[in-house]
Amino acid sequence: MASSKRALTAAALTSAALLLAACGGGGESSEGSTSTGGGDGDVTLTWWHNSNNEPGQGYYEQVAADFEAANEGVTIEISPMAHEDMLTRLDAAFQTGDAPDVYMERGGGELAAHVEAGLTMDLSEVAAEEIEKIGPSVAGWQYQGKTYALPFSVGVVGFWYNTDLFEQAGITEAPETMDDLYAAIDALKGAGIEPISVGAGDKWPAAHYWYYFSVRECSEDVLIEAGETMDFSDECFIRAGEDLEELVAAEPFNAGFLATPAQTGPTSASGLLATEQVAMELAGHWEPGVMQGLTEDNQGLGDKTGWFPFPQVEGGEGDPDAPMGGGDAWACSADAPPECVDFIKYLLSDEVQTGFAELDMGVPTNPAAVGSITNPVLADLVTIRDEAPYVQLYLDTLFGENVGGAMNDAIALVFAGQAGPQDVVDAIQAAAGTR
Amino acid sequence: MADDVTAPVGPHADAATSPHAGAASRTTREAAPAAGGGARRRGPLSASARKRLEILFFVAPAMALFVVFIVTPVVQAVRYSAFNWNGLGPLDDFVGLQNYANALRDTIFTDAVLNNFFIIAASIAIQLPLGLAIALLLNREIWGRTALRVIIFVPYVLAEVVAGVIWFMLLQPRGIMDALFATVGLEEYTQLWLGDPDIALFTVMVVLTWKYVGLAIILFLAGLQGVPADLYEAAQLDGASWWQVQRRITIPLLGPTIRTWGFLSMIGSLQLFDMVWILTKGGPANSTMTMAVYLINQGTNRSLYGYASAVAVILFVISLVLAALYQYFILRRDNPDAPQPRKARR
Repeated sequence: MASSKRALTAAALTSAALLLAACGGGGESSEGSTSTGGGDGDVTLTWWHNSNNEPGQGYYEQVAADFEAANEGVTIEISPMAHEDMLTRLDAAFQTGDAPDVYMERGGGELAAHVEAGLTMDLSEVAAEEIEKIGPSVAGWQYQGKTYALPFSVGVVGFWYNTDLFEQAGITEAPETMDDLYAAIDALKGAGIEPISVGAGDKWPAAHYWYYFSVRECSEDVLIEAGETMDFSDECFIRAGEDLEELVAAEPFNAGFLATPAQTGPTSASGLLATEQVAMELAGHWEPGVMQGLTEDNQGLGDKTGWFPFPQVEGGEGDPDAPMGGGDAWACSADAPPECVDFIKYLLSDEVQTGFAELDMGVPTNPAAVGSITNPVLADLVTIRDEAPYVQLYLDTLFGENVGGAMNDAIALVFAGQAGPQDVVDAIQAAAGTR
Repeated sequence: MADDVTAPVGPHADAATSPHAGAASRTTREAAPAAGGGARRRGPLSASARKRLEILFFVAPAMALFVVFIVTPVVQAVRYSAFNWNGLGPLDDFVGLQNYANALRDTIFTDAVLNNFFIIAASIAIQLPLGLAIALLLNREIWGRTALRVIIFVPYVLAEVVAGVIWFMLLQPRGIMDALFATVGLEEYTQLWLGDPDIALFTVMVVLTWKYVGLAIILFLAGLQGVPADLYEAAQLDGASWWQVQRRITIPLLGPTIRTWGFLSMIGSLQLFDMVWILTKGGPANSTMTMAVYLINQGTNRSLYGYASAVAVILFVISLVLAALYQYFILRRDNPDAPQPRKARR
């Protein structure tokens, strides 16, 4: 009895010692990786990105190796990870003050929080040339007149559709107005095809409908002012909610859409479109890439892929051609060495962005690379982005995680028939009040 | 070394002292500290002090880990809960009890608490009779008993996330579960298992039962091994039927096991997170929201760390109160006065 107890204690002691040792080891190695760069000599840059599949991962390894070769003494430590993992780890890293040197910044309210906490480097001066070159797309990454990140991929949201299924239902032209869309929905239902998939289980794909109705119903000035003052009393936001209720009432969505995830698996909203179970889905520029990953032949919808912008809403005060979108940008954490700026400038260079475009890794922002986009549908999308009067940043990103999250929850409840137009506005204002 | 040997002997030595006074020098030496600790031994420390030091030495590492990884976070959570804090920068926006008031006013949170209570009640109401019935059945000499026991315990062994993902796929609209219903002619009963706010919570309950009834069965089976065979024999001699034996002997003697299982089940239901997160993320329309899922939604997804800490403290208090009540009213009878004799002897 006594000896077995002693053995247990010994085991506990050993494991405690191991645990402590592990913690110690972790601390040391993370200390080593934060680039304290002694002098001008050796500098290590830590870089987190979300291209954890080929060809993206290999391409970024090549890009880093090229940069290392051109800049002696610089070592780049790459950590590719899945998107969600990256976001979680970034949150934790910012809280502990151990952020990577080069990281992905999504802009809007999230960026504002990072800037206010002094975690992000001001790039307005040091990357002025690149900022100039990228043009208006950079607006989502500016805060109080300064630029904190360089967007490398900015896309817009619209309807991706299956041209074959549209043909089967006798729809000859892509819908331009909401009336056209309702006619298309009826035609598809008549042909026994589920019209639209929406990943309301993840909430944000559902919320995109409300954002777009707001962009159509509200003038740009009203949207900008609401974003700054968090005052959503303008009638146009109520009308956006009513437009959404009308759409939900037409029952165009896939069976069980309240629990459908956005992108994971063949029964997700993207999966249903990729496997030809539904005719269309409202999604961003990432959709072809996501669909490729969800089909066995890695082709997605292939040649049947079509795209049309969000329809115009009759009587709306918003610009009928304004798209809503967003993207990703490279940023340097506040205490990163100066080489970090050189590196993200290099990531935005003609050369790197062209390669990025050729591999269909996203929608490049450097005008020199736009011509290299191979996918014809994505090329159309870039034209729409670059010719638009303005690109509205995703409202949840713009308002930050707190208000954005409350807004998305309320919009998802509209999809479930458990909330109305006024509830969405109330939820936004209530969350903004506690911010 | 000598100490280690004599220490456990102590109690017995105590009993032996009075009848055979001075029988062995060892006995007197043991009796000495008990008599008042006046007589010191070889070392500079008294036996009790030495023992205390020994305890301290062996307990210290575990205590240190406990303090660092459990006590500190709990205390920190209480502290954070008094601030409006997004996780970045300093804690400077003191809001007092505002976070608690907001949580208790939020119907999504109060509904989540009710869902947790529903899951506690339903788990016990479903798994107790089901687990007991299967355990009694498997305790009989039937063909393939070992294989059956293994099969029934498999869901519990399976990682929660893996089981959740498999169920998630089975329960998709037009999925395998619907096909199964159609095969047996029940297609009119197919539902949007996870997509209908009125049904999702029951679906989750079924999956939880599938996952956890195995634990109940295994615990009950273990408890059944502890029922003395002579009681059965006596009952059979008295002409009791199988049913009477179960009702009058087996189940009452299984009481402590059932009560312990009930405690585990309650705690598990209170902190339910993984299965719900994978199956529904608390949706659709918050119909399967639990306190832990709400906590993650508000904490990490919205960066409301102060508010989420308040929710965590509420969850902690609810768990603590329920655990204490269970301990006081139900578990207490299982250890009526076990520790007392030892104490009296000191």
